[in-house]
Amino acid sequence: MNHLLPLFVVLPLLGAFLNSLFVRKKAKVSDFISLVITFSLLIISVISLFLVNKYGVLIYKVGGWFPPFGISLVLDGLSSLLLFTVSLISFFISLYSINYMEKYTSKERFYTLFLLMLAGMNGVVITGDLFNLFVFLELASVASYALVAFGVEKEELEASFKYAIMSSVASLFVLMGIGLIYSYTSTLNMADIAKVLGGSLNKVVVFSGVLFFMGFGLKAAIIPFHAWLPDAHPSAPAPISAALSGLLIKSLGVYSLVRVIYNVLGLKILFSPVCMFLGGSSIMIGVLLAIGQWDIKRLLAYHSISQVGYIMLGLGLGTPLGILGGLFHLFNHSIFKTLLFLNSGAIEYSAGTRNLLKMRGLSLRDSMPLTSLTTLIASMSISGIPPFNGFFSKLIIIFACIKGGFWGYAFWAVIGSILTLSSFMKVYRYSFSTQTQGTSSVREIPLFMKFATASLSLLCVLSSLLFLSGFSNFFLGTAKKVLVDAKNYSTINSILER
Amino acid sequence: MRVYFLCFLLFAVGLYCILRKRNLIKIIIGTIICEYAVNLFLILIAYRMEGRAPIYSSGQNIENMVDPLPQALVLTSIVIGLAVTALLVALAIRIYDKYKTFDITKINQLKG
Repeated sequence: MNHLLPLFVVLPLLGAFLNSLFVRKKAKVSDFISLVITFSLLIISVISLFLVNKYGVLIYKVGGWFPPFGISLVLDGLSSLLLFTVSLISFFISLYSINYMEKYTSKERFYTLFLLMLAGMNGVVITGDLFNLFVFLELASVASYALVAFGVEKEELEASFKYAIMSSVASLFVLMGIGLIYSYTSTLNMADIAKVLGGSLNKVVVFSGVLFFMGFGLKAAIIPFHAWLPDAHPSAPAPISAALSGLLIKSLGVYSLVRVIYNVLGLKILFSPVCMFLGGSSIMIGVLLAIGQWDIKRLLAYHSISQVGYIMLGLGLGTPLGILGGLFHLFNHSIFKTLLFLNSGAIEYSAGTRNLLKMRGLSLRDSMPLTSLTTLIASMSISGIPPFNGFFSKLIIIFACIKGGFWGYAFWAVIGSILTLSSFMKVYRYSFSTQTQGTSSVREIPLFMKFATASLSLLCVLSSLLFLSGFSNFFLGTAKKVLVDAKNYSTINSILER
Repeated sequence: MRVYFLCFLLFAVGLYCILRKRNLIKIIIGTIICEYAVNLFLILIAYRMEGRAPIYSSGQNIENMVDPLPQALVLTSIVIGLAVTALLVALAIRIYDKYKTFDITKINQLKG
């Protein structure tokens, strides 16, 4: 069954080339191509979830070379969770883009860049080779620089330039870390590096760990490295803001960070307090900066920093419960943050403004009932109101903090959640709750956009079922095991010798 | 050891250029300097004292060769660097069209 693994990279690349080479100004054809590609990726990723539960780890040898020499693609629990998240969200994003991207010219170039970014993200998640990870990281990053500047207006170009400079410096830190690790271990296969290092705390390993932390931390926008995010995410078109916030900072940032630091270098104990401290400060600083914003997308971008803080806090705890909470929150955040960004795009599409103060007089609740409802659901999810998914994952993280004896962090996370609630009360108050007299010219969004937002808000409710242990064991259990027993990663190549 | 130190110094020069310069083109040149420092570092890792080119032919012993793998990595990294630099320069040209300046203190639409 391991012949499915290269499809995760090959299919989006195929879609990108088809879009750029053969489609000329036929927007319907490129809609169709990207929809088919993302839907088939979704099906394959669901199959991969079942495969991982049955076999544990799958390895595909690219070109038939055995692991320490050739590049290998590795599918384990953590990869399959991330692949499922990326495929699910990207399917809804491409569905939403059918209507939304009509106002931009050259839709096929948009889809080309989007599918290239998707190929890069899937490649980062599935690869088992450290340098290959760098190549896919750069593929996804370069596509995202171009997508941030897609509108080619003043603000988009400025944000894109800032993002491109900071992110390419981060990539260079990663490359330097890879060079150091290669010179120390003489291998690039990730499992083989873990085997050679064997958990030693050599100075070279710790120094390259710091380099990796800086590089991937900037991609994940943890607090001292966050400066690019509030500019870059609001400037992109709404589907891309959703993809950047929901997927890119997780697959390029959080996933690569925990994979390299925990599994490959084995520095879990050393870096846990750093992850927790930076995660905790991200929670508070992100949410405090968000409250003051009046541009709805900028406000959501600051919330991304704060929610990534929760994920890092959970993963940094390192206990099974904390890691479960972190992974659960990663999945949930990608759903509700995507929904919120798509809704902000819907408001911009219909009402023509992103400023909360200008939305006041438009009586959006009467003219856009569905968007109003889905925004309410997503806001309650992100601020942790009981029946929705955000509540359960935050609850697990806070419980894990208490169980691990970190009362301060638990209290801190509760305060962050309350402040999140207050800032979303502000959003809802200004955008949907005001009544005005007179008729409004604002219309509800078109069909495909409606379908995407409605299904995502349904998922917000359904994914809280993952709190039940049966679903949670199937869906998050294997991923949790990868990070809890981080040392086992060094032995995965041995399944090929049987 | 001194060579590695100089290599890190070159990286620091590039970082200084990115952080302190106010002209967009100079910032791009700073990223290029950083990139070359990292490429140089990878090549230095592969270097063996008095090594020869890693070409295998029959009748020769596989000894005293430089490590060929980082050379392949550097080739890939140069190509990636080319793509990033081309994109950055294209962005800088577009920014000049819109703002009529390369000075980053005057390009400040985004705040807060």
